[in-house]
Amino acid sequence: MIVRILGKGQFRLDDNQLGRLNELDNAVAAAVAAGDAGGFARAFSDLIDMVETSGTPVADSDLVTSDHVLPHVDTTLEEAREAFAGEGAIPG
Amino acid sequence: MAGLMSRFTTLFKVKANKALDRAEDPGETLDYSYQKQLEMLQKVKRGVADVVTSKKRLQLQTAKLEESIVKLDGQARQALAANREDLARTALERKTLIQGQLQGLDAQIAQLEQQQQTLIDQERRLSAKVESFRTQKEVVKAQYSAAEAQVRIGEATTGLGEEMSDVGMALSRAQDKTEQMQARASAVNELVETGAIDDLTAPAGSDLDQQIAALTAGSQVDSELAKMKAELGAGAPAGELGAGAAAAEAAPTEEKAP
Repeated sequence: MIVRILGKGQFRLDDNQLGRLNELDNAVAAAVAAGDAGGFARAFSDLIDMVETSGTPVADSDLVTSDHVLPHVDTTLEEAREAFAGEGAIPG
Repeated sequence: MAGLMSRFTTLFKVKANKALDRAEDPGETLDYSYQKQLEMLQKVKRGVADVVTSKKRLQLQTAKLEESIVKLDGQARQALAANREDLARTALERKTLIQGQLQGLDAQIAQLEQQQQTLIDQERRLSAKVESFRTQKEVVKAQYSAAEAQVRIGEATTGLGEEMSDVGMALSRAQDKTEQMQARASAVNELVETGAIDDLTAPAGSDLDQQIAALTAGSQVDSELAKMKAELGAGAPAGELGAGAAAAEAAPTEEKAP
């Protein structure tokens, strides 16, 4: 699977990493729900680290679409909250 | 609650598809797509260059504000030497306020510098991808009919569209940040310019002065006033205004470090 970190580009990860990825992602969501800025910063940096260390960067010459997209590494709790709340009715 | 990733993936794909829809008019050829991509790449390059320029301008502005801190300090000494504690207080209050604003700006400039570096990397990556698209386009055009070629290169087009959206988002983020910072730097600058205490006989307590006083932590001002009084009491006599000014010219070096 291909995961894009905005600003950092795309990473190719083994499909069997999806479970771990979701686990870390749920921890991020829980911190957002709790409004816990410190917890969010930790969980989000764990998630980014996991993608960067377990994945390999997609070559510049490869033009592929991403399966998953993560926001910028310096995303704040406030911005994450907006991603959950904002944009109203997104189909799907 | 769904994860941040799935939420964000949805948001991003909607954005990327919108950008792609705009670029894909019916009857559009691969060459035309490539032309559009080159145009967007140029726009990105200009955008990145603008962010770099804005950051440099902000650095110059903060350097000027640093100077005004030194100047206000000198003015406070001057006012105190002339037995105008009210004016000295105003100058120090203003200095404290500007110092506080500057600290925030410095941190933001450091953040902007990071964003700038990321943008430069992204621009390079996008250039490489556009070039890769050009190569792939030539290959499929040589092997397939126009309609078939479009289909064959579909994934590449979507992939590149994603990259464009990614850079576009990073760019508008950096632009928002520079705009906010510029507004803030200008506000502080205005404060410096309208608040210059050139005339020591001018009455204190204008609206601006009161606003500043309300915003400022009094304790630092009080302690600095006390320190200056002690220094003046021990050393230079509180004499003529001219003499006080000369003392202020000589003194500020020790106060420069915030």
